[in-house]
Amino acid sequence: MAVELQFVRRPKPVQALIDSMIMIKRSSRHIIRNTDQLLGTFFQPIMFLVLFAAVFGGAISKALPEGVSYLNFLMAGIIVQTVAFGSTTTAIAVCNDLQKGIIDRFRSLPMNNLAVLSGHVISDVFRNGISTVVMLITGLIIGFRSHASALDWLAIAGILLLFTLAFSWLAAIMGVLAKSVEGVQWMSFIIVFPLTFASSAFVPTEGMNPVLKAFAENQPISQIVEAVRALILGTPIGNHGWLAVIWCLGILAVSIPLAAWLFKRQGTR
Amino acid sequence: MAKNDTVIDVRDLKKSYGDNKVLKGINFKVQRGSMLALLGPNGAGKTTTVRILSTLLPFDGGTVTVEGHDVHNEADKVRSVIGLTGQSAAVDELLTGRENLVMMGQLYRLTNDSAKARADELLEEFDLVNAADRPAKTYSGGMRRRLDLAVSLIAAPPIIFLDEPTTGLDPRSRIAMWEIIKRLMASGTTILLTTQYLEEADQLADRIIVIDGGKVIAEGTAKELKSKVGKDRLELTFKTEKALKAAKDVLGKAVSETDGNDHTLSLVINDTNKDVKEILEKLSDKNIAIESMAVHKPTLDDVFLSLTGKQKQAEKKEEEK
Repeated sequence: MAVELQFVRRPKPVQALIDSMIMIKRSSRHIIRNTDQLLGTFFQPIMFLVLFAAVFGGAISKALPEGVSYLNFLMAGIIVQTVAFGSTTTAIAVCNDLQKGIIDRFRSLPMNNLAVLSGHVISDVFRNGISTVVMLITGLIIGFRSHASALDWLAIAGILLLFTLAFSWLAAIMGVLAKSVEGVQWMSFIIVFPLTFASSAFVPTEGMNPVLKAFAENQPISQIVEAVRALILGTPIGNHGWLAVIWCLGILAVSIPLAAWLFKRQGTR
Repeated sequence: MAKNDTVIDVRDLKKSYGDNKVLKGINFKVQRGSMLALLGPNGAGKTTTVRILSTLLPFDGGTVTVEGHDVHNEADKVRSVIGLTGQSAAVDELLTGRENLVMMGQLYRLTNDSAKARADELLEEFDLVNAADRPAKTYSGGMRRRLDLAVSLIAAPPIIFLDEPTTGLDPRSRIAMWEIIKRLMASGTTILLTTQYLEEADQLADRIIVIDGGKVIAEGTAKELKSKVGKDRLELTFKTEKALKAAKDVLGKAVSETDGNDHTLSLVINDTNKDVKEILEKLSDKNIAIESMAVHKPTLDDVFLSLTGKQKQAEKKEEEK
């Protein structure tokens, strides 16, 4: 061997952080290399936005408050739905790592293993950021207008960031538990689909039956949608802002340690 | 450090999955700079052993130390001195060969410069320079294995675990892999190899332990194991059934087994030169014509079959008790 190898020694927490950065770089490269997924990142949100606005716009606009266009109403819902559906990517990535031999490689290295999960979660945040920007631009082209100030947009970004993190960590749990990628897709379909549609993401909750309405108005997705929507439309945000933040923090407080524990346990079987 | 010290020390290693006892008390040592082959059929416990040694699996009993570190209590210390090449090529398929190498180097705590320089060196050494900047998913099976092994060598660990490194490879790739492994041995790396191919253990390893049913059933050099099973055999094929019968009568007791289909006799011989000469003389005295003859030396396959067969019989007896 000709190359003289230099090793670095850093304190454990610093090392854990650097491991995470290395894994974020890895997962982010996956976003670019995985062309099928890249297509989804760009076109799925555009498709949903245009379809929903065109198909439901006429019928639903009558149920909306005076002066609110369906497109403006829909924007918050579509963004949140895209993030929620997009978290499946984290689950699939985690599941893939566990099914293939590469997880053994990572586990046999002197690294912080949780970095494998955080790498996927954080790169998911980047991907969702791209999706959201694509949607906003598409929205602006087809007539979306917002009353939000720069500060409001900052708040929107903050809420969406928390929401993405929360859902991606939940998805990481699914990825660890699932036995196959198909399993992941079904699991997330069964959980994410009803949560997104039984909410105020696409329609006002007024027309729902009482039981569904009670669920739809109090579940986390609706809180996030309502908070983002209020900021976009410039209407009073009420309790939705801090409820959205509390839901996200609550989910994170449970899902991160749970994902870490399950991930560690998975390897020892 | 002393030259012949023990690098891997496994004592009374036990592991069960529920009621299924996979390892029933395994003992072995690997000396610095040597290669030990764990030889055994599928399900013998080879991969389980390697996974335990590389800190991936907890175990139920016994002690395992690698470079003096307990694999259970000092996993991180063990991880920084080992490299693992598993059965499934553990590379990131979406990353290029070079990216895989550099990333793993960084995770091994190499500086960025060292990781990059070492990656270049390994790409050269493993004949992957042309494919270095292509995603690993475009690699052939042999290239993937080479990349996988290169990745485990990125930090030049003094100990390498090779878990069935040539399973599923075509003969050419297998021989290329053997060449690489031989070079690795020449560089002084301590290697633990698992394989189900006797030829592979025979070609590469200094010492072999045969495991079956979670136990070590034999241990030694390839030569020692072969001499345990045995003796050379002379196979004689005759033209006709009649000649075969006549030969049997003449040779009498020396006949160990016959194969009626193609008029072949198999004889155990102790001293190749003397015995063959005697047998041929006896036959020519009686004018018995031989169609063909061949001397067979025992292969590790014979060793393996005879050992694993004995093991099965012993188990049966145990069960009957």
